[in-house]
Amino acid sequence: MPVIEDEATFEATVAGNDRIEPRDWMPEGYRRTLVRQIAQHAHSEIIGMQPEGAWIGRAPSLRRKAILLAKVQDEAGHGLYLYSACETLGVTRAELTDMLLSGKQKYSSIFNYPTPSYADVGTIGWLVDGAAICNQVPLCRTSYGPYGRAMIRICKEESFHQRQGYELLMTMMRGTDEQRAMVQESVDRFWWPSLMMFGPPDVESPNTARSMAWGIKRNTNDELRQRFVDMTVPQAEALGVTLPDPDLRWNPDRGAYDFGQPDWSELKRVVSGEGPCNAERMAHRTRAHEDGAWVREAAAAYAGQR
Amino acid sequence: MGAGGGGGVRGAAVIGADWPLYEVFVRGKRGLNFVHAGSLRAASDAHAVDRAFAVYTRRGTDAAVWVVRSTDVTASAPAEKEPLFAPSGDKVYRHPTFYSIPEGVPHI
Repeated sequence: MPVIEDEATFEATVAGNDRIEPRDWMPEGYRRTLVRQIAQHAHSEIIGMQPEGAWIGRAPSLRRKAILLAKVQDEAGHGLYLYSACETLGVTRAELTDMLLSGKQKYSSIFNYPTPSYADVGTIGWLVDGAAICNQVPLCRTSYGPYGRAMIRICKEESFHQRQGYELLMTMMRGTDEQRAMVQESVDRFWWPSLMMFGPPDVESPNTARSMAWGIKRNTNDELRQRFVDMTVPQAEALGVTLPDPDLRWNPDRGAYDFGQPDWSELKRVVSGEGPCNAERMAHRTRAHEDGAWVREAAAAYAGQR
Repeated sequence: MGAGGGGGVRGAAVIGADWPLYEVFVRGKRGLNFVHAGSLRAASDAHAVDRAFAVYTRRGTDAAVWVVRSTDVTASAPAEKEPLFAPSGDKVYRHPTFYSIPEGVPHI
């Protein structure tokens, strides 16, 4: 198909579930929404390296260290895929970095929670990456081509992340009472924040309808949250942990699990910067960026000499 | 801004002033095609190859990459409304299913 030149062709393309590419005409609101969403996603991958990266040196065996190192390296790669996709929308890498460091763009609230226990490495893989996969699989069909292609690449790699986490937790559950208690304690802390990863309830998510009409989002927050709960409950049973929700039960009429609502005021607090680790995550990222200045300068100098 | 006007834009209308943008093509293993994998920024051609390996081939032990500056890619012209060659969709005789062959004839 030749390049899209006007709004009517854009609307018809999106309505037909076809893809929009960088050289196509697009409404400014579409572009702005994508920049915000892709950037937030990219920033989440980069900030998301911190909570688990903290455990690389302390993981209990060479095998677990190697796995964790590979996983954290993947997160960096995922961030770069997404930054590249975002740049096709006419925003520069330097601008994106600035917007993260100045707090103008957000990253996922989940990474503002601490990881005090080694079991958290497993729980993040199982629940946090599991929730991310639920969010990301439908995004492989998003209407913006470069974003969808980045998501396909990411989803392929993400399933290793979830499986290594679940396997880690299974190993601990086969261990001592103390190890089993560690797993349960970690799941208790991460369950509700994982449900918050899908964003506020649909009634409080005013942009969802617009994003869905444009084909940027394919499902609402509540649909994805339900899908995650339905997938996760049998996994929790197989693992032998209890999900900390007294309202969680199978509803045969709906053919789905009923579950309680997270504390949405907590999500608001964490998103607005008052989560347990917001300041620490941003300080770490700022320091890493500043410490990397000499590498960027050296690369530019080397390229300039040639 | 965009040719269609009406508050629209093109995503690729502005390319940043930092490191040049490169398109990355990856061949997963010998004998396959190089396929476009994505893009990245790098300070030089050699730097782009290094980064392409790190970003796009973490799971391929036998991978090879090509990188090319995005500005050096010549693409079909945006205004080109009439394709030079009609798509094969309306030339059904290009497809093997156009020809009926009796059931009993093997290997065709």
